Amino acid sequence: MKKNLALALTFSLLSFPAIAETPSFEIVIKDHHFNPSTVEIPADKKVKLVIKNQDPTPEEFESHDLNREKVIAGNSEGVVFVGPVKAGEYKFFGEFNEKTAQGKIVAK
Amino acid sequence: MVASFIISFREFLEIAIIITIILAATRGVRGRTRWIGVGILGGIIGSAVVAAFAGSISNAMEGMGQEVFNAIILSVAVVMIVWTVVWMQSHGRAIAQKMKSVGKSVADGETPLYSLAVVVSLAMWREGAEIVLFMSGIISSSQESMLAIMSGGVAGALLAISIGVLLYFGLIKLSSKHLFSVTGGLLILLACGMSAQVASYLNAADIIPALGATWDSGWLLSQNSVAGKILHAMLGYSERPSVIQLIFYGSTLLIIFLLLKMTKKAGA
Repeated sequence: MKKNLALALTFSLLSFPAIAETPSFEIVIKDHHFNPSTVEIPADKKVKLVIKNQDPTPEEFESHDLNREKVIAGNSEGVVFVGPVKAGEYKFFGEFNEKTAQGKIVAK
Repeated sequence: MVASFIISFREFLEIAIIITIILAATRGVRGRTRWIGVGILGGIIGSAVVAAFAGSISNAMEGMGQEVFNAIILSVAVVMIVWTVVWMQSHGRAIAQKMKSVGKSVADGETPLYSLAVVVSLAMWREGAEIVLFMSGIISSSQESMLAIMSGGVAGALLAISIGVLLYFGLIKLSSKHLFSVTGGLLILLACGMSAQVASYLNAADIIPALGATWDSGWLLSQNSVAGKILHAMLGYSERPSVIQLIFYGSTLLIIFLLLKMTKKAGA
């Protein structure tokens, strides 16, 4: 039992480098808009969204569909892990500028 | 002005509901208003501090600092609420009889009350920090006057607080005989909802897996609607909960019931 636990821990530690292989997608916030506003990601795979806020004011990247929310300060960037999710469309928005900051993730 | 009103209303609504539930559930407990007041003060100060450090918090832990921070403060809040619920069960009768005897020691009546201050403070930091960050951003960038922005913000806050007040009196009236069971139940669900949020943040920080999706009730009740926001604050309602969120929710519920059962026997 203990040996199996040790093996399991070792394997899980070794899997950390896998994070570096997570596909990364960039979204820029400028003038309270997301660019691109539609992001295609592979379904059933964990991905990384790098959100670059090029506005001077903070924005909150939020998605009820993806269960994520994150405040990104002005002229800063933030990382949001998404997935693995099934194929489909998942909306996200900028809570501080909801009228203009709208987008969606399309998982294929 | 409309933007500051909407955002202020949304964030204050979550805070107002949490405070209302705690106030209603602790009605009759001596000194609770004072402690909750301390909590609110701590919440305001803490929100400003968290907002000021938002950048460095976010960049910590390989960019997952915000998620980890939120998970930690919510976990502490959950523990505090559970402790309060368990404490109130054993002191329920004393509270109902409104024992005002001078002999009742400070330790007996007030020791756990700082837990209320902690819960309120922590619950406010998250939403409060968002309000501060949003306001600072909009003030520096908007064409509108400071007056217009601030009045929108104040109006939103007042509306949220009014809803909280209405909810408070509604709860008191609805359940005068069974006040403790109804409001106690709400406290329990509040803790479970927060626990599910901890799961969400830990998953977002890539610390635990989501273990799959469950349902999508966005068509029925959107989390963006007022009712959705209220249910989210009260019960932890989520449009698309992940399996791990349900696990945390259920486990918290189970643990609370077990604790209540165990302490009931001891207290009787």
